[in-house]
Amino acid sequence: MKRCETGAKARDKRNGKMKRNGKMKRNGDEERKTETAATDGKNAGVFYALKNGSAATKISAAFMGVGQIMRGQIVKGALYLAVETAFILFMVFFGGGYAAHLFSGNLGTKVSGEVWNEETQVFEKAAGDNSFLILLYGVVSLVVILLFALIWAANVKGSYRNDLRVKQNEKIPSLKEDISDLFNKKFYIPLLVPPFIGLLLFTVLPLIFMILIAFTNYDYNHMPPGKLFDWVGMQGFKALFSFGSGELPAAFLQVLLWTFVWAFFATFTNFFLGLLLAMLINKKGVRGKAFFRAAFVTAIAVPQFVTLLLMQKILDRNGILNVIFHSNVLFLTDTRYHALIPKISIILVNIWIGVPYTLLMCSGLLMNVPESSIEAAKMDGANPVQIFFKITLPYILQMTTPYLITQFVGNINNFNVIWLLTNGGPVDSVRFGSTKAQATDLLVTWLYRLTTDANPQYNVASVIGIVIFVICAALSLLTFNRSGANKNEEAFQ
Amino acid sequence: MKNTAYMAKNTAGNTSTNVATGNGAGRTARETGLNTGAVNAGDGASTAAATATAAPVTPSGYRTNAAVKRGKTGGAKRNDRIGLAATYIALTLLSVLWLLPIVYLLYTAFRVQPDTGIINKLFPENLRLGWGNFRRLFEETAFLLWLRNTLIVATCSCLLTTLFILMVSYALSRLRFRLRKTIMNVLLVLGMFPGFMSMIAIYFILKAMGLTNSLFALILVYSGSAGLSYYICKGFFDTIPRAMEEAAFLDGAGQIAIFFKITLPLAKPIIVYTVLTSFIAPWCDFIFVNTIINDSRRYTLSLGLFKLINEEKSGFNNNFTVFCAGASVVGAIIVTLFMSMQRYYVEGVTGGAVKG
Repeated sequence: MKRCETGAKARDKRNGKMKRNGKMKRNGDEERKTETAATDGKNAGVFYALKNGSAATKISAAFMGVGQIMRGQIVKGALYLAVETAFILFMVFFGGGYAAHLFSGNLGTKVSGEVWNEETQVFEKAAGDNSFLILLYGVVSLVVILLFALIWAANVKGSYRNDLRVKQNEKIPSLKEDISDLFNKKFYIPLLVPPFIGLLLFTVLPLIFMILIAFTNYDYNHMPPGKLFDWVGMQGFKALFSFGSGELPAAFLQVLLWTFVWAFFATFTNFFLGLLLAMLINKKGVRGKAFFRAAFVTAIAVPQFVTLLLMQKILDRNGILNVIFHSNVLFLTDTRYHALIPKISIILVNIWIGVPYTLLMCSGLLMNVPESSIEAAKMDGANPVQIFFKITLPYILQMTTPYLITQFVGNINNFNVIWLLTNGGPVDSVRFGSTKAQATDLLVTWLYRLTTDANPQYNVASVIGIVIFVICAALSLLTFNRSGANKNEEAFQ
Repeated sequence: MKNTAYMAKNTAGNTSTNVATGNGAGRTARETGLNTGAVNAGDGASTAAATATAAPVTPSGYRTNAAVKRGKTGGAKRNDRIGLAATYIALTLLSVLWLLPIVYLLYTAFRVQPDTGIINKLFPENLRLGWGNFRRLFEETAFLLWLRNTLIVATCSCLLTTLFILMVSYALSRLRFRLRKTIMNVLLVLGMFPGFMSMIAIYFILKAMGLTNSLFALILVYSGSAGLSYYICKGFFDTIPRAMEEAAFLDGAGQIAIFFKITLPLAKPIIVYTVLTSFIAPWCDFIFVNTIINDSRRYTLSLGLFKLINEEKSGFNNNFTVFCAGASVVGAIIVTLFMSMQRYYVEGVTGGAVKG
């Protein structure tokens, strides 16, 4: 049955493709294919272009934009030339030194301090190297070099395309045509460039920087400018993964385990309780659906940090909960049984916060469960429990698997809930020693504490960050590539 | 037969995006897709699925069934009633449980005496309620300043974020170009790195640009990596039928015209969703603010309120009631915003995020 279905799907897809081929398609794969066939080498690589290009192309490899200017594309050529000038100036006055330093094998040798000046007979402040800035600006320069290389390649290829046009007696596009091209055929360029600049500055650059930090010994003993840090290779990774020796690997394993336990419970308690609640509200004959839904949705609408801080105070030792019940339970700070009570409290609070989201989503999905199947099951005498497990649940699960995985990954990185409720605490020096990990820490909160503490350990934090990344990336790529949403993007049009 | 089964499944999938929609602009567009599916399938399954969307009206077939059942056994009816009563009790209890913390928040916000968090009874003898905490909030703390900062940051970053997300998702969903899949995967992978990891580096980059301690820096940080969250929005764009764009293209419309006149109006629910989520984000974040800003006059609300009670690490201080007052003001603003836009929010979640 399933195979037949997919067969039908494939057939359907083929039909669709044929139909679309029939129509005129503006920017599909087909068009691109014909284009490359028509003008051979239009999409040739840079080196091919350099080898086979005219003199103009070869000149513009050294002096960008000259090829364009020689063919009358003055503005375009001038822009290229300006980019090259700016790049050279940048490299000479700023980036070159830092970029070179990045490959010199060390991150600075001269510690800044006071130097005795013989002539004036005083100590003078002497600026030394700063490993941090060398690394940061080095990365910036590297990225600039890469960007420049891309523009340079575009410049050479553009010039080569002009060569081809001259050969075939085609018109060289004017500035106006180029611009109109940019907003039609190449509309993706103006659409993608501004967001990508933001990404480059605030995601890519910092990430490369922090990944590199993982291979240094940057910690509170090596804080520039007073003391410099340097490359240490894989030592940071070794320190974290040499299980069985030292307290760091032991702490890491415990934090990792709790991270997974937390992510599992946080995801599935929310999902199943939310589903249950949605089914209760959507039950036939229940009135006041809107009222009940609003009651739960209010919990979403109050900002999370407010509810979390409030919950922290409610669950406090002197909080209202202990006052009402005349008890003295340490909901958030009990250290017994590996801090079992705080862990349970966190998961319960998370249920309070998360269930309304699932409720919103599931009540939509529930209305779609194929009514006919339920009818058929009822006729066959299935009871509600059987209907739930055999029809409703599989249907909902099928629809929400990608969502569940995203939630799971989100919970691995769920900083706010832990940080605002327990601050990662309670402190448990028996189990974690001097590693700064605490009893309810997730990997992320541990990472945060390692970087913001009085004695920061940036290198360990970066290694942990990379570990988190590997876990999350593996999980998401797995599901993303398996989910239908990626495979057939146009299936639901 | 197999083909119709697939179609029926497809419609069911389609309805999922439609269920919660109410009557947003996007609905008409997607309904075309839905209808064709239903017509082609034309068998019982898909019609049932289609009626299920319309309303909680039970299909006639079921009613007769139930009637037969009821006629047969009088006990079943009573069972139904007990079940319904149990449902009401459960729902009432649960909604009370969910509303209690909020009630407690309001109660504390209005509690002028005693003004500390530590009380030994829920209703102490010297209890006095009033607007005093709100007065203290506006007069003694920089609440209005924080509110202004938050509004500025939220508005600007939400405009920029929405613009970025729309641009990226439109390009990735509607246009076809070389490296498109690669870009999608790279963005996905980039989004996997925990944001806190790069926070320190971001701080120094901002410092190098001379931007720390300014609201502008916050706006940049909040919207700078917006391109990463294209996924939900792209999922929504994917469901908009291409036919209209193709028609417009044949009529000679340029890409810009198609983007603004055809796609954007159809994508209204997801735009509202994106605006809403990106507007609310700065109200809730305090980690980045904490790193970038250390001038208390430039705090946003979340950090200001957070510092109000967590300045000294003591469990409670006499700012707790003021904090609750501030929190209820923030809560009221967000609740109003959220409730008025809830329809779109649901639509965004179900339309963009959930796809089998």
